[in-house]
Amino acid sequence: MKFLSEYRDPALVEQYLQELHRITTKPWTLMEICGGQTHSLVKNGLLDLLPKQITMVHGPGCPVCVTSTGVIDEAIWLSEQPNTILCSFGDMLRVPGSSKSLLQAKADGADVRILYSPLEAVSLAKENPGKEVVFFAVGFETTAPANALSVVQAHKQGVINYSILASHVLVPPAMEAILSDKDNRIDAFLAAGHVCTIMGMEEYYPIAEKYKTPIVVTGFEPVDLLQGILMAVQQLEAGVYKVENQYTRYVQREGNRMAMETINEVFATSDRVWRGIGPIPQSGYEVNKAYEAYNARKKFTIGITPVQENPACISGDIMKGLKKPGQCPHFGKACTPEHPLGAPMVSSEGACAAYYHYATAPELESA
Amino acid sequence: MNTTCPVPRFDFDAITMGHGGGGLLTQRLLQSGVFSVLGNELLNQQHDGASFSLEGKLAFSTDSYVVSPIFFPGGNIGDLAINGTVNDLAMCGAAARYLSLAFIIEEGLKMEQFAAVLQSIGQAAKTAGVQIVTGDTKVVERGKGDQLFINTSGIGVVHRNASIHHQHIRPGDKIILSGKLAAHGIAIMSKRKGLSFETDIVSDTTALNHTVINLVETYGSGIRFLRDPTRGGLASVLNEVAGLTKLGYNLDQKAIPIDPQVEGACEMLGLDPLYVANEGIFVAIVSREIASDFLRTLHQHYNGEHAAIIGEVSTEHAGTVVAKGIAGGHRIISYLAGEQLPRIC
Repeated sequence: MKFLSEYRDPALVEQYLQELHRITTKPWTLMEICGGQTHSLVKNGLLDLLPKQITMVHGPGCPVCVTSTGVIDEAIWLSEQPNTILCSFGDMLRVPGSSKSLLQAKADGADVRILYSPLEAVSLAKENPGKEVVFFAVGFETTAPANALSVVQAHKQGVINYSILASHVLVPPAMEAILSDKDNRIDAFLAAGHVCTIMGMEEYYPIAEKYKTPIVVTGFEPVDLLQGILMAVQQLEAGVYKVENQYTRYVQREGNRMAMETINEVFATSDRVWRGIGPIPQSGYEVNKAYEAYNARKKFTIGITPVQENPACISGDIMKGLKKPGQCPHFGKACTPEHPLGAPMVSSEGACAAYYHYATAPELESA
Repeated sequence: MNTTCPVPRFDFDAITMGHGGGGLLTQRLLQSGVFSVLGNELLNQQHDGASFSLEGKLAFSTDSYVVSPIFFPGGNIGDLAINGTVNDLAMCGAAARYLSLAFIIEEGLKMEQFAAVLQSIGQAAKTAGVQIVTGDTKVVERGKGDQLFINTSGIGVVHRNASIHHQHIRPGDKIILSGKLAAHGIAIMSKRKGLSFETDIVSDTTALNHTVINLVETYGSGIRFLRDPTRGGLASVLNEVAGLTKLGYNLDQKAIPIDPQVEGACEMLGLDPLYVANEGIFVAIVSREIASDFLRTLHQHYNGEHAAIIGEVSTEHAGTVVAKGIAGGHRIISYLAGEQLPRIC
């Protein structure tokens, strides 16, 4: 397929691998931020092919994984209200809340719909004027513009039975939280290509400077990932720390201005609790005051009691790159995709799911 | 649509509870539509069941069809219900002969929709060369079903040359896929409310029996195992057989035929085509000796022109399926826990 096959070209893959093996002289630990990158690395078996000195650890860029139990409980509560339709992206449905998942709520009779675009939720609200339609607006900066646009559209069209449960999280504050952790062992980052397609690269320069850490904005296909790793290792071997862009076919330094304006129209930054990691100041988006009428948290009095995350799940350590899935005593035993202890096991971008589904025995042992 | 099957004429607009009540309305539904499209010597007897004789080893299979939406690009629930059971029998090396057909209809289904489904059933049965010899119609209240559910069961005669059993699979056998992967599942998804997207992708639903029986006739015991990768896709079929045989199954991702549009849609939705449903292809595990001949013959059939050898059975990593990726690395292909759900970004 055009725009796909060329980034999976075995000859290019081989070329980047050879160059990586040639230049790597010291042990380096790199973190890929995005769960999509993690899955591509594991699914394509790239971890086996890297020089032994390079350790890839898997970052927190899986929106499903970092959404806190409390927020999932809020979504479940909303879905169980009479005359309410809760719309969600597909892979949020399996994530366990404190007592059940949205999939279980659906089986119990809640009206939960899987949508691919939040704009479809606005249409659904228009088709069902007697019902409240709530969109579960999760995701990083990538999904924020479309979610914000749904609010703008609903407002323009006078759709008053639509609201969103915003649970957006932001990459740069999470990177800072990881880098300032006393146990941090990350030498360089592969930043998430899709996030930077929206937000550009400006936010990353101060981070690279402050923590003296190379950041390479990287795509998701095998050739992208290997080129991104090569660029990061070249910096590390040379002792420099810059922000570089591997994903030039989509990412521009200034980002997508129109998308950012839509985000700023509807959202304001807010504190956010990350599942497994805890609260990070100013690390999320919430619907701003001007659009409060579309904020499900303001529209409804959501009656849930705060809960503790399941202490057996080490997802925080996994998402901070301190541990790998295979190092969790529950991996593949008490925690499986059918009976997950935490979100990384069920999300399509979760690190534990990637290892569970795709990893070969050597990868699990080296984990 | 092929018009060789008579178009049923109904003098009512929608199915009501009365059409399933067994009384006059049921009779009118059957007389004015079902028999005119599907009628044959056995069905026309209108007995409680069909009586017939068949010689030789028989195969028997059943399946229920609950697809939503009931009309999709490339087909509808009607031809799916015929092809599905015909294909299940073909995977046993059997030529389907007689089918039962049972409808569970949600009250309010438009007659024109029911007529279109019936006509597809008639056409699919004709193409496959099977007769529908017994049936049933039930109507459920609105909200108790999803427009239309169909169950078909079928009886077929196993070809004398067929020797299809997972126990016959040996290390070194080749894994052949008869056509392009994942078209059916993606065609359905493209029309599902909330996920719809613009595409020309059509379902691959088709009857495989003529092709398969021809291959069985020619290659006999060289064909170790056959399976159509419907729900759960290719990955689930291979995991099942890996579990049964305790052998390793190596796939070469590059060799798996897939339409670029389908591949693109899978990328967009975050789905792995290996787990997406198919309705018109089959997996054959054949002996190394016959593999290239088998492939050449398969290429001559209209529903086998894209067939390819996609992997091999080995003694390594017993009980698991391992794919060699495009980039040269390896990954395990495991069972999915549930159904695939489209991802966030």
